[in-house]
Amino acid sequence: MSATSYDVIIIGSGPGGYVTAIRAAQLGLKTAIVEREHLGGICLNWGCIPTKALLRSAEMLDHANHAKSYGLTLEGKMTADVKDVVARSRGVSARLNGGVAFLMKKNKIDVIWGEAKLTKPGEITVGKSSKPVVEPQNPVPKGVKGEGTYTAKHIIVATGARPRALPGIEPDGKLIWTYFEAMKPDVMPKSLVVMGSGAIGIEFASFYRSMGAEVTVVEVMPQVMPVEDAEISALARKQLEKRGLKILTEAKVTKVEKGADSITAHVETKDGKVQTITADRLISAVGVQGNIEGLGLEALNVKTDRGCIVIDGYGKTNVPGLYAIGDVAGPPMLAHKAEHEGVVCIEKIAGLPNVHAMDKGKIPGCTYCNPQVASVGLTEAKAKEAGRDIRVGRYSFGANGKAIALGEDQGMIKTIFDKKTGELLGAHMVGAEVTELIQGFVVAMNLETTEEELMHTIFPHPTLSEMMKESVLDAYGRVLNA
Amino acid sequence: MPIKILMPALSPTMEEGNLAKWLIKEGETISAGDVIAEIETDKATMEVEAVDEGTMGKILVAEGTEGVKVNEVIALLLEDGEDASALEGAASGVGGDGGGPQTAPAETPAAAVAPAAEAPTPAAPAAPVAASGERIFASPLARRLAAQNALDLKALTGSGPHGRIVKRDIDKAVSEGTGKAVAAPAAEAPKPAAAAPAPAMPTGPSSDQVLKLFEEGSYELVPHDGMRKTIARRLQESKQTIPHFYVTVDCELDALLALRAQLNAAAPTSKDGKPAYKLSVNDMVIKAMALALRDVPEANVSWTDEAMVKHKHADVGVAVSIPGGLITPIVRSAEMKPLSVVSNEMKDMGTRAKERKLKPEEYQGGTTAVSNMGMMGVKDFAAVVNPPHATILAVGAGEKRPVVKDDALAIATVMSVTLSTDHRAVDGALGAELLAAFKGYIENPMSMLV
Repeated sequence: MSATSYDVIIIGSGPGGYVTAIRAAQLGLKTAIVEREHLGGICLNWGCIPTKALLRSAEMLDHANHAKSYGLTLEGKMTADVKDVVARSRGVSARLNGGVAFLMKKNKIDVIWGEAKLTKPGEITVGKSSKPVVEPQNPVPKGVKGEGTYTAKHIIVATGARPRALPGIEPDGKLIWTYFEAMKPDVMPKSLVVMGSGAIGIEFASFYRSMGAEVTVVEVMPQVMPVEDAEISALARKQLEKRGLKILTEAKVTKVEKGADSITAHVETKDGKVQTITADRLISAVGVQGNIEGLGLEALNVKTDRGCIVIDGYGKTNVPGLYAIGDVAGPPMLAHKAEHEGVVCIEKIAGLPNVHAMDKGKIPGCTYCNPQVASVGLTEAKAKEAGRDIRVGRYSFGANGKAIALGEDQGMIKTIFDKKTGELLGAHMVGAEVTELIQGFVVAMNLETTEEELMHTIFPHPTLSEMMKESVLDAYGRVLNA
Repeated sequence: MPIKILMPALSPTMEEGNLAKWLIKEGETISAGDVIAEIETDKATMEVEAVDEGTMGKILVAEGTEGVKVNEVIALLLEDGEDASALEGAASGVGGDGGGPQTAPAETPAAAVAPAAEAPTPAAPAAPVAASGERIFASPLARRLAAQNALDLKALTGSGPHGRIVKRDIDKAVSEGTGKAVAAPAAEAPKPAAAAPAPAMPTGPSSDQVLKLFEEGSYELVPHDGMRKTIARRLQESKQTIPHFYVTVDCELDALLALRAQLNAAAPTSKDGKPAYKLSVNDMVIKAMALALRDVPEANVSWTDEAMVKHKHADVGVAVSIPGGLITPIVRSAEMKPLSVVSNEMKDMGTRAKERKLKPEEYQGGTTAVSNMGMMGVKDFAAVVNPPHATILAVGAGEKRPVVKDDALAIATVMSVTLSTDHRAVDGALGAELLAAFKGYIENPMSMLV
């Protein structure tokens, strides 16, 4: 029995895995990728991408509902057809799923279909998937390799993460949803409780609110989107509440009673009071956890910590020849983090010069609720905590010409600089389209510009991006249009 | 018995090196072929591969240690089944003949069989000025941090893309206390005393004597790195042991420039639209020098006390200035290579020289050298012969100058070159003959193509 042998096998074809595979192929390595369910992973099939499709529908609906303020009259009423909204979202995923299959083929990467298990260093066996399939599943791509034993000099685990469940409030797929069910409702729930206000929770809350549901968000931390800057979070909350979302912070769901077609959540607030909220469905969005089970990690004594594989800055585990990247290798659990981590890992394996470990301080984060939130680097609180002497600049959407013309005059861009060195420590944004703006500051941080270069940069007029410069100017007392 | 891992010799002449970095920690298993450490000589950083497999038992020489002698035991490898107790007593001593070296350089410089008069590492002469006035790539934040911490960016090595100095390099320098800025006069001070009579290594004024001349606090000290020490040692040796003799000629460049333009315009392009070659004037100078040596073989020599080493090929070293010093990659048998090959080899080696990634066999040896400061607007200069070479050609800028043609004033693009020779090996008339041949090729460049 001779096993097919590769330079590198990647387990999992999410954004981390498939990008790493392409980079490996570019570097001339004989590469295979193992996938048990859907090319592109959660991101592309059940996460980042299909939710953006749903949120786009929500955005169109929101705009239509405000047509009058733009001088437009809509004859009749704009309504959402849940089946078509979901179908569009699934179509977007299917298209990209096919795209990944094409990319694997184009780069001559073998796709091995099934569930991988590490049998010994440098070897995996691939068997049938033990995970129940989430429907609708895309057809298995043509030309994939099947079950069997495969060997590789380097094996990269990129198995991603799955929804975390709270004991007693485990998702059942019917009344208590995870993002899987929330992504493809058969009927629009009239009311919802969303447990957790991270990116996933708040995006679904925003979507269902736009679709007309009564939504209550329950968050244990003192602010929504707990990783974001407090000031930005507070502004976002104000906007969300204006749109009719109910938000309970420093509150937790202690118990959920299931009815025939509804749930009743017991929510305990900081003062110890318990209130009950009855709604059609509850979405559990209390974070994700690494997929480390069933891989055979224990037998190889792979070091793990709190549900994630422990790696060095280059994806190396404690077992030679075994690497991990992406969600399974620890937070922040973001697709773009996984991609970069994978590229660093494979470039190090290939022996490229000048490969540097990822700087986790420069990973941007984006949340696509309405209003959008985007950030990179330290929050004001974290910068102070780190003992940095800082300058803070702020600029409001209400003073920007383009924002006003768009009818999007709510929001803020906030920048944080080190007072002594001019290092851009953090940038935080809330408002329309900020997820597309943040990258300007990410590039600036990565190139290590100081306030000076930012001030010397010409920003086009009229754009929302002008607020980025004004925010920098404000940090140095030089704001122009305020 | 644990296997002794010895400090490898990365080149035949290497005596010691710095253990730059361990890539394996104690307790990690390694297999043959794994890169376990990085060794730094005065010119290059090289990876060291394991020859045996096992578990890293003990690291005996910490990373960052300088001047580790070749064949010194640097770590102990436990074989299968051995445990840490086997390490006791095994650590002492030098490897000697017993075990033989248990490491091999990642890329064995098999070709680096040293030429007869091989010296450790040639440093090209003549262009230590390169460091000043040259653009230093550093991020804005790094520049500001360097200024605030009184660091000299020139003294730092960048770890960013293309050697860009970034914040982490500054942080490293601050924590290690390196890269401090030096007051300019202090940098120039330690010149050897002109009158020093001692034959071997006469000493210049002592550090104390130099520092006494400057007010305390008006300067900072930058410790020499390996490259700086090598440059100082070898050039001092050269000037003290080699009787230099200089010959200068002017060469008209117009025909060469026209041919170069013509050749470059005719370069075939690859699929992505890149030309197959792009000749520089310097590439043509290299080729002309190589052909001149072919035509005047008595000048293609090295001096030894017993015999004249007459070389069969012209291996032309080319001085490349890099941050912190310079290095001389060699175009081997340049007289036999088409211009396009010379050009592409130089481009490749020049790039890797700047990253300090040249292999020893790429910069050791050679039969002559070219040092070109034309691009810096230098009109004429004299370079220091770099043994085992007997000659070095210093190339000035090509510039329009008045010349007399047919008893009338005319304008021509003229380049002055000065040949320095080791008079023991190449006499004045021979040097002149070599230069005449060189000038012939430069002024009738078509002859380089046939």
